[in-house]
Amino acid sequence: MKTIDSYTAALPPRHRRSSVTFTSDRWRTTSEGVIIAFVALLTSGLLFSLFLLLLGKNPMQFFALIWQGGFGSSFSLQNSLQRAAPLILTGLAFAIPAKIGMTMIGAEGALVLGGFSSAAVAIPLVSTHQPVVPTMMIMALTGILTGALWTGFAGWLKYKRGVNETISTLLLTYIAIAIMNFFVEGLLRDPASKNKASTMPIGQDYMVGLMPGMDVHWGLVVGVVFAVALHVLMTRTTFGFAVRISGGNVRAALAQGLPVGKLILTCSAIAGMCAGLAGYFEVAAIQGQANASLAARYGFTGILVSFLARHNALAVIPVAIMFGAISAAGGLIQRRMDMPDATALVLQGIIFVVLLASETVYGRFAMFQPKLETAR
Amino acid sequence: MNTGARAFSLETVGMSKTFGQLVALEDVSISVKPGEFHALLGENGAGKSTLVKCIMGFYQPTRGHLIVDGQEKQIKSPADARDSGIGMVYQHFTLVPCLTAAENMVISRGDAPSIIDWTKEKKALATFMDRMPFQVPLNIPVSGLAAGEKQKLEILKQLYLDQRFLILDEPTSVLTPGEADEILGLVHTMAQKGEISVLMITHKFREVKAFADSVTVLRRGKLTGTGKVSDLSTDQMSHMMIGETQLRKSDSRKGDVKPKSRIELIGLFVDDNQGLPAVEAVDLKINGGEVLGIAGVSGNGQTELLEALAGQRPLKDGRIFVNGKPFEASRKDYDAFKVFGLPEEPLKNAAVKRMSVAENLAFRTFDKPPVTSIGWWLKPPKMREKAIDLIAQFRVKTPSPETPIENLSGGNVQRTILARELSGDVEVLIVANPCFGLDFASVAEIRAQIIHQRNSGAAILLISEDLDEILELSDRVAVMSEGQINYVVASAEADRNTIGKHMAGH
Repeated sequence: MKTIDSYTAALPPRHRRSSVTFTSDRWRTTSEGVIIAFVALLTSGLLFSLFLLLLGKNPMQFFALIWQGGFGSSFSLQNSLQRAAPLILTGLAFAIPAKIGMTMIGAEGALVLGGFSSAAVAIPLVSTHQPVVPTMMIMALTGILTGALWTGFAGWLKYKRGVNETISTLLLTYIAIAIMNFFVEGLLRDPASKNKASTMPIGQDYMVGLMPGMDVHWGLVVGVVFAVALHVLMTRTTFGFAVRISGGNVRAALAQGLPVGKLILTCSAIAGMCAGLAGYFEVAAIQGQANASLAARYGFTGILVSFLARHNALAVIPVAIMFGAISAAGGLIQRRMDMPDATALVLQGIIFVVLLASETVYGRFAMFQPKLETAR
Repeated sequence: MNTGARAFSLETVGMSKTFGQLVALEDVSISVKPGEFHALLGENGAGKSTLVKCIMGFYQPTRGHLIVDGQEKQIKSPADARDSGIGMVYQHFTLVPCLTAAENMVISRGDAPSIIDWTKEKKALATFMDRMPFQVPLNIPVSGLAAGEKQKLEILKQLYLDQRFLILDEPTSVLTPGEADEILGLVHTMAQKGEISVLMITHKFREVKAFADSVTVLRRGKLTGTGKVSDLSTDQMSHMMIGETQLRKSDSRKGDVKPKSRIELIGLFVDDNQGLPAVEAVDLKINGGEVLGIAGVSGNGQTELLEALAGQRPLKDGRIFVNGKPFEASRKDYDAFKVFGLPEEPLKNAAVKRMSVAENLAFRTFDKPPVTSIGWWLKPPKMREKAIDLIAQFRVKTPSPETPIENLSGGNVQRTILARELSGDVEVLIVANPCFGLDFASVAEIRAQIIHQRNSGAAILLISEDLDEILELSDRVAVMSEGQINYVVASAEADRNTIGKHMAGH
C-alpha cells in the first residue's frame, strides 16, 4: 500500500517541504482566528457576569437559560434558527464590503427598504390575484434590487466623491426608515391597520412557507446558500481575488490596473442584495406586511455577526445561529429572571466592545505565527 | 544663552534592543566627544534608526545605558531628551508650513506660554539670530522657503531650543547637492568651534569623507567598525557596511538605443492631493533600449508623475503613447503594451501584506489562463505551480509559497515583485527609487535587472532621488523641478553641478 509519504518522497525536496508548511501555516492562521474569537466571547461572558452580579442576579442561571431558550428544545432550536435566517444575510451584508476594506453599517436601512418595497410591489399583484410563484419572485427581486441600489448608492458616493461609506450608510439607514414610515403611515397605509400603521397584508397564499416538518421558513436555506456561494465567489474566482487585492492594498490594486471603483460598487451592491433579501423574508415569511417592526435591529446585529466571524462568509452561519439563540432566549430570561428586554442588547454590546479590542491582539502570539525566515 | 564652547559628549554602552524575536540592535557602544561631528553609517535595516530612537527616548533599550556629558542618564521620552539638550533633525521636515519661521521656533518651545507676547519674542529671536552663523527669513510662511532654507531652519530651531547635541537623520536627502554641502559645512564649522556635537545618520560616503571627524558603522544591528574618518578608506567603510556579501554586478551596457521612441508622454498635467498642480506640461520620449533617469529633489512632482503613470492618480491633462498607440493606465493596456512597474517601497505600493507569496506573484496573471478556466474560475494549484517556478528562478527566500509576504525580509519582498514584473517580455518598465528601504545586495540586484532589461530592448523610466544612481544607470538624464522638466542631457555629457543647479530650479 502506498502511503502519502511515498508520494511526496518522489517530489523534489523543495516541494515536499513547502507542502508541509502549507498546511501548518494555514492551520496556524485559522486556529488564531477561532481561538481569539472564542477567548473574546469568554471574556465578554465574564464581564457580563459581573454586570449581572451587580444587579444581584445569578450569571449561571442566565447562561443556563440562554442554552435552554436557544437550543434546549426542538421548539427553541427552531426559534433560534428562525431568527438566525436574517442575521446570516445581514452578516454577509457587512462581511462582503469588509473584504474590500469598507465598513458599511447600513444593512438595517437596506433591509427595511427591501422589505418595504417588496410589500409595496405586492399590493397591486395580490389585489388582482396574480399567480403565486411569479408574484413571490417579483417581490423577492424587488427587495433584492432595492437593497442593491440603496447600498450601491453609498458605494457610488465613496467611489465617485470619496464620501466615507460608514457615515453615508449610517445616515442612509435613518433615511430608509423615514421613507418606509412616510409611505406606511400615509399613501400605502392599510386602513384596516388600526393600532400599528402597516401596508396591506400580502395574504397567507403569498407568504413564504415553512420547511417541511419544521417551524423555520425557507429564508434560512436561502441564507445558507448565499453564504456558501459568496464564500466561493470570494475565495475561488478572479472577482474575489481582485477584491482581496483591492481590500489589502488599494495602491497595489491601482498599479495593477484593477477596476477598483467597479469592485467597490459591486461589493456594495452585493451587500445591499443580501440585506434587501433579508427584508423580503421578514415581510413574506414573518410579518406578512411592511411596518415599523421591520427595523428590528437585524441589520446592526449583522455587524456583530460579521466581526465575530472575522468577515468569513462561511463562519457567518454558525455565528448567526448563536446570536439567533441569544435573541430567542430573550423572552425566557425576561420571564424567569425578571430582567428587561434590553439585557440581550447589553450582552451584545459587551461582546462587540471586547471583539473590537481583541482585533489588536492578532499577530501577538508566537505560536500562531509562521516561522520567521532565517536566511536573508 | 552664551555661544561659548558648550558642546557635550554622549556615549551608549552595550545598547541592545529586541522586538519580539527580532534583534534590532545588539550590544552597540558608541562614543561621541564634545564638538565632534560623528557619522553613523549603515545600510537600511542596520539598526541606525533604532539606536537613535533609543537615545531620543522613543524606545527603551532592552539592555545597555546612556552616558550624557559624563553622567549616566535615563531618557524615558523625547521630552527627557530635550531637557538633556539632545535635539533631532528628522529626514522630513517637521515645520508647520503655514506659520512663519519665527512662529515655528516659538511654538516648538516646550514652555511657550498660552498667550504669546510676539513683540517680546521677536526681539529675543532677533538677538538670537544675530549670534547665529546663518540666517533664514523669519517673517514669511515656511511654505515659501526653499528646501535648503527649511533644513537650516530645522537646525536653527534646535539651537534656539538650546540643544547642544544634534542628531541629524539623513539630513541631505531632500536637498540639492549644493544645498547639502552648504548646510553640512555650516554644521561642521559649529562643531569645530565646540558649540555643538553632531551625530549624523547617513549612507553617503561622500558626506562622511567630506564633513565627519569620526564614524561608526553598523550592520544587522551590530557594530562593525569605528574610528577616525581620516584613518579609513571608502573601501574599508564599505566593507564594514556590507560585510562579505557578494553584490551582483550589472552587465555592461550593450546594444545601441533603438531609433524609434517606445513611450511618449505628451503634455502631462497632474494635481497633488490638495488639487494643486504638481506636474506641469511634462513631455518625454523614451526609446527602446534606453534608460531615462529623472533626477530631482523629492517633492518636485516625481511622486505624482509616477502615480499617474501607475494608474494611482488621475491625469488632469495630456496623453501617453506606447509604440505610437494611445495608452491608458488600465489592466488591458498594461498587458497589451507589456508595461511593467517597480514602485518604491514594494510592500506599500506593489504587494498585499497578508496575501501569500504565491498570490502576490499572481497579481499579473490571476485573471488569465492557465490560472483561470472559463474566464473567472481560479485554479490555485496552477497559481502555486507558477509561484514555485518563479521563486526558484528569482531566488526568493521564503519558507513556502503560502507564507504571507509580510513575513519576508525587504530584499525578498523586492525579489518577489521583480519575479512578478520581469519574468516575461518587458517593453516598458517604470522604476521608482529602487534604493529606498533595501539593503545593498537587493539594490545591486535591481540595478542589474534594469540594465538587463535595457539591453534586451525595453524602454525604462527611472525616477530616483539619488543622483549617483541616476548617473550610473541612465542613458539620458532629465531634471524635474517644481513639476516641470527643465533640463535633459545625455549621461555621457552630464555634469553634477549643472544638474544640481537645475534641481534647484535655476
